[in-house]
Amino acid sequence: MRYLPLTPDDRTAMLAAIGAKSIDDLFVDVPQSARLAEPVDLPRVAGELEVERALKALAGKNTVAGDVPFFCGAGAYRHHVPATVDHVIQRSEFLTSYTPYQPEIAQGTLQYLYEFQTQVANLTGMDVANASLYDGSTAMAEGVLMATRVTRRNKAVISGGVHPHYVAATETVVHAVGVETQVLAPAVDAEADVIAQIGPDTACVVVQTPNVFGTATDVTRIAEAAHAAGALLIVVVTEAVSMGLLKSPGEMGADIVAAEGQSIGNALNYGGPYIGLFACREKLIRQMPGRLCGETVDADGQRGFVLTLSTREQHIRRDKATSNICTNSGLCSLAFTIHMSLLGETGLRRMALLNHEKALATRDALAAIPGVEILTGRFFNEFAVRLPRNAAEVVDALAAHRILAGVPYSRLAPNAGMDDVLLVCATETTLDADIKILAGALAKVLAN
Amino acid sequence: MSTMNTVGRPTTPNAVASKPETLSGGRGLLQNEALIFEGDGWGKTGVDLPEPKGSASDLGDLVRKDPIGLPGLSEPEAMRHYVRLSQKNHAIDLALYPLGSCTMKHNPRLNEKMARLPGYSDIHPLQPVSTVQGALELMDQLAHWLKTLTGMPAVALSPKAGAHGELCGLMAIRAAHEASGQHEKRRKVLVPTSAHGTNPATAAFVGYTVVEVAQTDDGRVDVADLASKLGDDVAAIMVTNPNTCGLFERDILEISRLTHEAGAYFYCDGANFNAIVGRVRPGDLGVDAMHINLHKTFSTPHGGGGPGSGPVVLSAALAPFAPAPWVVNDGDGFNLVERAEDEAAQAFGRMCAFNGQMGMFVRALSYMMSHGSDGLRQVAEDAVLNANYIKARLSDVMSAAFPDGPCMHEALFDDSWLKGTDITTLDFAKAMIDEGFHPMTMYFPLVVHGAMLIEPTETESKAELDRFIHAMRLLAEAAKAGDSERFKGAPFHAPMRRLDETRAARSPRLRWTAPEGSNIAA
Repeated sequence: MRYLPLTPDDRTAMLAAIGAKSIDDLFVDVPQSARLAEPVDLPRVAGELEVERALKALAGKNTVAGDVPFFCGAGAYRHHVPATVDHVIQRSEFLTSYTPYQPEIAQGTLQYLYEFQTQVANLTGMDVANASLYDGSTAMAEGVLMATRVTRRNKAVISGGVHPHYVAATETVVHAVGVETQVLAPAVDAEADVIAQIGPDTACVVVQTPNVFGTATDVTRIAEAAHAAGALLIVVVTEAVSMGLLKSPGEMGADIVAAEGQSIGNALNYGGPYIGLFACREKLIRQMPGRLCGETVDADGQRGFVLTLSTREQHIRRDKATSNICTNSGLCSLAFTIHMSLLGETGLRRMALLNHEKALATRDALAAIPGVEILTGRFFNEFAVRLPRNAAEVVDALAAHRILAGVPYSRLAPNAGMDDVLLVCATETTLDADIKILAGALAKVLAN
Repeated sequence: MSTMNTVGRPTTPNAVASKPETLSGGRGLLQNEALIFEGDGWGKTGVDLPEPKGSASDLGDLVRKDPIGLPGLSEPEAMRHYVRLSQKNHAIDLALYPLGSCTMKHNPRLNEKMARLPGYSDIHPLQPVSTVQGALELMDQLAHWLKTLTGMPAVALSPKAGAHGELCGLMAIRAAHEASGQHEKRRKVLVPTSAHGTNPATAAFVGYTVVEVAQTDDGRVDVADLASKLGDDVAAIMVTNPNTCGLFERDILEISRLTHEAGAYFYCDGANFNAIVGRVRPGDLGVDAMHINLHKTFSTPHGGGGPGSGPVVLSAALAPFAPAPWVVNDGDGFNLVERAEDEAAQAFGRMCAFNGQMGMFVRALSYMMSHGSDGLRQVAEDAVLNANYIKARLSDVMSAAFPDGPCMHEALFDDSWLKGTDITTLDFAKAMIDEGFHPMTMYFPLVVHGAMLIEPTETESKAELDRFIHAMRLLAEAAKAGDSERFKGAPFHAPMRRLDETRAARSPRLRWTAPEGSNIAA
């Protein structure tokens, strides 16, 4: 048991210092009937070599994105992450530190959070950002709850272009407190429909851009309509890299931005850990959920950083807190901020443009295949196509040839009646050869 | 005099300096480090990317035109910036981190290595299930370990942190009451005063009225008070066990019996599971739902505050309401059930976009396998032994909040021993920083005045505990001797002196902005 430093002699000496005869004396408050006499029925201690072999064997059963032509997106994106990012986040002082409750010895964490908040605010075009939430979908749920607190209204109008899993995660939480959701029917260009649904009881309008079908939209008119009705506009972004090329949500009039930050600095990880970005207008900060880092000075007058506005939080307000959240995605936000610092504005714009160009090339290759219909008009790095067959079956057929061709929309919404729709994504990691392989294999599968 | 340490921002030079100031504001190896926005990184990039072929003509007016405001760093500049920042952090790899209720233990690097295998890190949550059989098998194995260790029949893996797990557990309870038609009348959740702040916040978040349950003089749930408040209007109780006073709830079987008799469910906050893992199964105590902080009990790095992972084990009564997705083994292989309506129509929904914290699942399973069932039992024993050792060795100089009987994995002191001095718990904590230790948890739990909650965990050696105890004894003696200067001005030897938290909250500055008159566009 290489992680446990006490020797049998240590244990004996310590029990003597305590005045206990045996370790059982220390478990005396546990009812006798609930004490286990023997270890439970699970494997016994295993050495490093043994664990490594077992876990490698399991890992080996998975098809790794980087090994094959890969076109999956739909809320999780594969980008190249510079080696420096993972190296730095594994530094002990970052990796093995806790929430910066003692700011005098946590300035490393606090300063990067302050830099992170600034980067996210600038990227989203908003006034302020928090130090991150669990992921994009939980950020959206928090955004809706925040909007209902701010407007004292009870209804959220949600565009049919929002990722169905984001909608589900949001409804799980907000329905519990009686917030009503009106989710519009999925459509490739769904955002146009939401304006007609805004009413005097609307707390917020939630739109996603680029949306789940890839459609990039200028939401300025939706913002204007929402504001005219006294509602807030929440913009959801699942692909943070898109904001390097497209107009920011803030520029288009968003009040709250709930975004997934995984695509910058963080790996796919089969869905987690990810990092929810949450930004808003300055006047809303005291209603903002989650952790915030702020600037101050120390006793010598030096600039420093602390966690702040904790009067909104559960450890002070308990059942009146703005949320029950007590953590953030600290290490993921560090990865985000390092990657962003390495990219800089120049690198981010270039990376975003490369994404767009790879996706255009993929679209052109697929459009040439008989029976394939391109559904999405203006997009960033992802688009929807209609196939002449069930998309999930096509994806499975291509997976058998070690091609990960994309995400069938039915995987996200089985009852939407869009079984022939496939979501295809390309990023800067997509090789021209991959596009060729996909197009060739898809043509062959559809021809059969 | 003003210093050069913070580019573009004047400092307030009115404080009393304890030592001669350096000219640069740095202190030897500890360098002041400007914000990335204060350097010359505008227009710079540290990532080599190919030149894009053309323009994004089809996007038209959707293209961003104005500057974003993101400086760049070359790779060596980035390394130096972040390494310098890292040196201003305390971390478990540097020294004891005795934060009670937070559980800071050794983070094995094997776990990191395993989580970074491309077979886990480089797979997409929506790949066909035929291409992620190993990932699903790992989730299935993790579920088996968690169910076996807790004696519970079901587990929901997707909650992303402990508080998110609480939310999941209460949603399952709510769904069960809805299914039996009792939701309308069961609108209360009973929470002891000693509970984590997340417990009442979660109950309120789900729309319940929170009713506090009193505590006995010996730091446990007052069973008589609980019984008097239980009735057919109660949906659930939320109890932390071992509780936040570091004590095992002796009457736990009575508490669960009364709760079930009243038709309510028993939610257990499992944040402190490391104190009993391998020795007590919560299922045997009558628990209906309990979140497990994988990052605490099974050691995944806290990384400055997250990410966490909070799977929830569920009793048979609540199992049908578990949220999607979940893993099933249908004989031919593993499948991921992603929609509530697919199989169990009672599932209450979805907690997050994808499958939960896969990266943490790998780390936790690696940790569990490394210990085995025998080692995990030893974990609980050593965690409890270490805490009691600290309590025993400090009780003559500090005042244990509950001196009688053993504590579990954390030792709780109050501030009554500081009476007559002008030193507070906060001052004492800041002086610990000068001695090279991270302070213990202060002022929590709220039920103990000036609380000091110390959790050593099982990965501290006796020698390290002795070093800590020695320092604490010297500090305690200094405090009682009236050496208040040492405490009031502390810390003196940290990267920063005491920070003004009130000022930060009164006029919040949450982002960098370009100094007035500068020509930076952002």
